[in-house]
Amino acid sequence: MAEAALPGSSSTASAAARRAVQNINAPLWRNAIFIAPYLLFFVTLLVVPLFWGIWLSLHKADAFGTGRFVGLDNYLRLFRDKIFLQAVGNTFYFVFLTVPALALIGLFLALALNRKTKTAAALRAVYFSSSVLSVTIVTLIWRIVFIGNFGLLATIYGWFGATAPAFLSDPKLTMIGIAIATVWWCIGLPMMLFLSALQQVPQEIYEAAALDNASRWRTLWHITLPSIRRTFVLVIIIEIVLQFQLFGQARLMTQGGPNNVSKPIVLYIYEAAFTKWDLGLGAAASEILFILIMIAALAQYFISRRKGVEG
Amino acid sequence: MSSVSSGMVGRSTGDRIILILAISLALLMMAPIAWVVAMSLKDNKELMTDMNSVFHAPYTIINYINILATSSVFRWILNSVIVSGTLTIFTLVLSSLAGYGFARLNFPFRNTLFVIVLLGLAVPEQAVLIARHQLFSWLKFHNTYHGLILPGLAAPFGVFLMTQYFRAIPKELDEAALLDNASRFKIFWKVLLPLTLPAQATLGIFTFLTSWNDYLWPLISGTKKEMYTLTIGIASSQTNFAQSEGLGFLMSQAVFAGAPILILYLFFQKYIVTAVSGAAVR
Repeated sequence: MAEAALPGSSSTASAAARRAVQNINAPLWRNAIFIAPYLLFFVTLLVVPLFWGIWLSLHKADAFGTGRFVGLDNYLRLFRDKIFLQAVGNTFYFVFLTVPALALIGLFLALALNRKTKTAAALRAVYFSSSVLSVTIVTLIWRIVFIGNFGLLATIYGWFGATAPAFLSDPKLTMIGIAIATVWWCIGLPMMLFLSALQQVPQEIYEAAALDNASRWRTLWHITLPSIRRTFVLVIIIEIVLQFQLFGQARLMTQGGPNNVSKPIVLYIYEAAFTKWDLGLGAAASEILFILIMIAALAQYFISRRKGVEG
Repeated sequence: MSSVSSGMVGRSTGDRIILILAISLALLMMAPIAWVVAMSLKDNKELMTDMNSVFHAPYTIINYINILATSSVFRWILNSVIVSGTLTIFTLVLSSLAGYGFARLNFPFRNTLFVIVLLGLAVPEQAVLIARHQLFSWLKFHNTYHGLILPGLAAPFGVFLMTQYFRAIPKELDEAALLDNASRFKIFWKVLLPLTLPAQATLGIFTFLTSWNDYLWPLISGTKKEMYTLTIGIASSQTNFAQSEGLGFLMSQAVFAGAPILILYLFFQKYIVTAVSGAAVR
């Protein structure tokens, strides 16, 4: 059974050689030595903490240790906590603000820069460059753009004698300000994903369309966009998973304020666990985030599986 | 790279407008960085009286000299280099071994184990954060280098990437070596590993960047100032932001912290693009 699973065993070698190879392809415990070192870290630092986290979420736990079993009490506390519900709402609002913008701008940039010129290559490099910066530098840059009376925005508005919108302090605008900084920071990834999808569209289709004198818009609408539809869905899901984990920008730009309007779930988890040391509550909140992300990841799995069936 | 425009109607006015739009957007995108760089080159007192002074001389490098003299930036850079460097090397070793094992060797429960490792890709950092923190508290790993490095070694992405890569190498290569009675490890080391160098570069840069820019784990594990990584250190010096004192100095720290990674990016751009496309296949 195991031999059959390995296509390499049917090589062009002689019968004797094939026998030797087959012997060596037999399942042996010894072979697992190669994966054992990684597996050690995987189990101790990922699998065990994952289940431990679930266990913690069912207990009353603080900095001094784990107390008694409380069942779903931590979860009930979360659903009665207005600030948690607000954090969930804020996170969805943030995802709603950033994900469509990232997908559409990313698609536009990929369509515009999918050409062989040096200018296009340089622009691709520019658009991806912000993605390699850490969140600290990104927020430092954007705070200095948005900040009150001496930021870049305030200076530009000042030239026209106007007052800049207060992206860091107006409750209606803080999440939008964080979203702008995030789109600036993250735009490289969707652009790259769309570019690699565009390059997989067969050229013959475009040549046929050119022969039919199809207009630019018709070609885009009827050929390009349908060909990359699956990538579009994948970009949306990947970005939902990533943007659900908003933390650094909110903590560094607004500390979740004013009045918790920019507090996302991860900041709530961080504060519950490492400021109030209510570890059980923090663990319960992270399980809820996990479930939300898992739903998006499962969607991705089923879409990529359908790809396998079709192609 | 295949060009869409060549397959379409050719170079047209519409084409040019789109390119000009993309260039303008790129300039707009660079504006905040230019603003920060310009501020870092200004005297702090001058900045406080007139922001528009950013646009004209005199410029000064006094803020950068002050970094050398007063700031902990060097210690933080050293910490980041140690953490990200060690993590990258260990990730390459562990992922290559495991990738070879999963792609080329057979052992009991191989496929089950591989699926479990792949499932690990779907686990967000936050789901394991609190338990990891508790574990590391008991082991007294906080505020140590291994405390900062270890969690990164559990990430399954490298194993996934290397398994895919090893699978793509023709089987005949190691079968021929097997007939010469070479050991499994020798085949891995002498025959296959040299062929995986592009994947090693991709994974190495990807791991290094992720670790260098990590914010959440170093924030809760490295809480002593001398154990800050660069990301955390720069964030910690933002507390005096509101008073607008030392703005130029703060901005010079941002430039100082951001420039190395941007330069690294320019050098290794090709591999970063491969890494991103590789992640897309997933």
